[in-house]
Amino acid sequence: MADTNSNSTAALIPQVSVPPISLRRRVMDHVMTGAAVLTVALVLLPLFAIFAYLVYKGIGSINLAFLTQTPKPVGEPGGGMANAIVGSTVILGIASLLGVPLGIGAGIFLSEYGRNRYGDIVRFVSDVLNGVPSIVIGIVAYGLVVMRQKHFSALAGGVALAIMMVPTIARTTEQMLLLVPQAIREAAYGIGVSRWRTTLSITLRTATSGVITGVMLAFARVAGETAPLLFTAFGNQYWNWSTDQPTAALSLQIFTYAISPFDEWHRQAWAGALVLIVLIVGAVAAVRIAVKHGTLAGA
Amino acid sequence: MGVGITVEHLNAFYAKTQALFDINIVVQANHATALIGPSGCGKSTFIRCLNRMHETIPEARVEGLVRIGDLSVYNGTSATQLRRRVGMVFQKPNPFPTMSIYDNVAAGLKLNGFGNRRQLDEIVEKSLHASALWDEVKDHLHKKSGASLSGGQQQRLCIARALAVQPEVLLMDEPCSALDPISTGKIEELIFQLKEQYTIVIVTHNMQQAARVAEFTGFFLLGKMIEFDKTEKIFTNPSDKRTEDYVTGRFG
Repeated sequence: MADTNSNSTAALIPQVSVPPISLRRRVMDHVMTGAAVLTVALVLLPLFAIFAYLVYKGIGSINLAFLTQTPKPVGEPGGGMANAIVGSTVILGIASLLGVPLGIGAGIFLSEYGRNRYGDIVRFVSDVLNGVPSIVIGIVAYGLVVMRQKHFSALAGGVALAIMMVPTIARTTEQMLLLVPQAIREAAYGIGVSRWRTTLSITLRTATSGVITGVMLAFARVAGETAPLLFTAFGNQYWNWSTDQPTAALSLQIFTYAISPFDEWHRQAWAGALVLIVLIVGAVAAVRIAVKHGTLAGA
Repeated sequence: MGVGITVEHLNAFYAKTQALFDINIVVQANHATALIGPSGCGKSTFIRCLNRMHETIPEARVEGLVRIGDLSVYNGTSATQLRRRVGMVFQKPNPFPTMSIYDNVAAGLKLNGFGNRRQLDEIVEKSLHASALWDEVKDHLHKKSGASLSGGQQQRLCIARALAVQPEVLLMDEPCSALDPISTGKIEELIFQLKEQYTIVIVTHNMQQAARVAEFTGFFLLGKMIEFDKTEKIFTNPSDKRTEDYVTGRFG
């Protein structure tokens, strides 16, 4: 029985002899794989080079004083950037608090309600905003916040950075939400879940990891910005715990120290750059880990 | 308990294209009604009009009268309220990918603010029993995601999810078209049991399936309901020549 079966099946399949894979194809395969590996290396190389160089130049100046003290006057050795580390954290916190909800909200609008002319306008404006030089955004924040308050502040710096975050977050959120299949939304409608609830609890939740990637990209991008802070947060040589006062930021401190004529300050600028990079990488990694733990295995 | 459905002079449109022409039908409570017809004839559009899913498509609209039990579908009833009474199972299994099995079933209640944990547990278990999935998933309700199940299990999960909101009518849009024969068999068995409590309207491409599960069958062609009658009559002695041609496989 089994015999007749296999015979009849064999009869159905035409006999073709498959030629062996030619040398040319095998060589090409290796060449292409090698090229792909090489490109990856080329992309990663600058990243590692920068990081290694920062460690090499900066690690020597990082000590407890650097992380806990404020800058010393010129000529006095020692001192640190503690106030700038805190200031950067505060400014970035304000920027995220303002920029993330606004950006995600705009992204939701674009994806769920903006499939029309009005959405096209918002998309266009958002793309243009993405291309505006950061110094110009600094001037806008200067006009919006500093002029009104009559003094520089962490708030003004946060507003400037928030404006820079919004378009990136909005467009990535939109793209990530559009990737969620319509069938998932229909499943929610089908069990009597309202549209806004579906958007928040189903669509946005399904797209969470992508949306977070967008947020982290925007965060990392503005974390190192200096120009928009020049005349908003302004910088400060002393401790300041108020969001209403001129505030130090790592990027500003690095800028000031790097263009100074003092060797001690140059070393501290390198150390500051290293700390800034570590903080950004640390923040991104922390969020990634938190999100991974918050989501379900196998999802 | 299931309720009957009355449809009078129903017309449905996608922008300027008319997809349904003057549909009239009375669906019996606690029975299964099958809708058959070639692809693109309007069967899916028709059942999507019954729970107002049709209008979620941009520029789609509906004219006419639909009544589910004593509820007038297109007169002052909110779509969300209506859909809690008219459940739907889709062609492709579509569990919520980020949710556990439990949360998938509980979603309809949870997202509408139902918070009683103990009752929720009970309803989830009951719904999974009703969709014949309980034994296969009871040990990892919270640990596994809905998307980690097999296709047939996913579809039964979607049925459980629809049942959990305790609807009166269950709409099934080709629920077995993505499933293998064994899963299909399970779902057909399920339809048999569910009929006792729900009114079922099922769209299918498989005429044997219609004959197996449904007491009544409607034949659609080019957006019109050609014939609606007892299943037996449709398959053995249809009144319309076009129905006969279709069920005997002469076209379509």
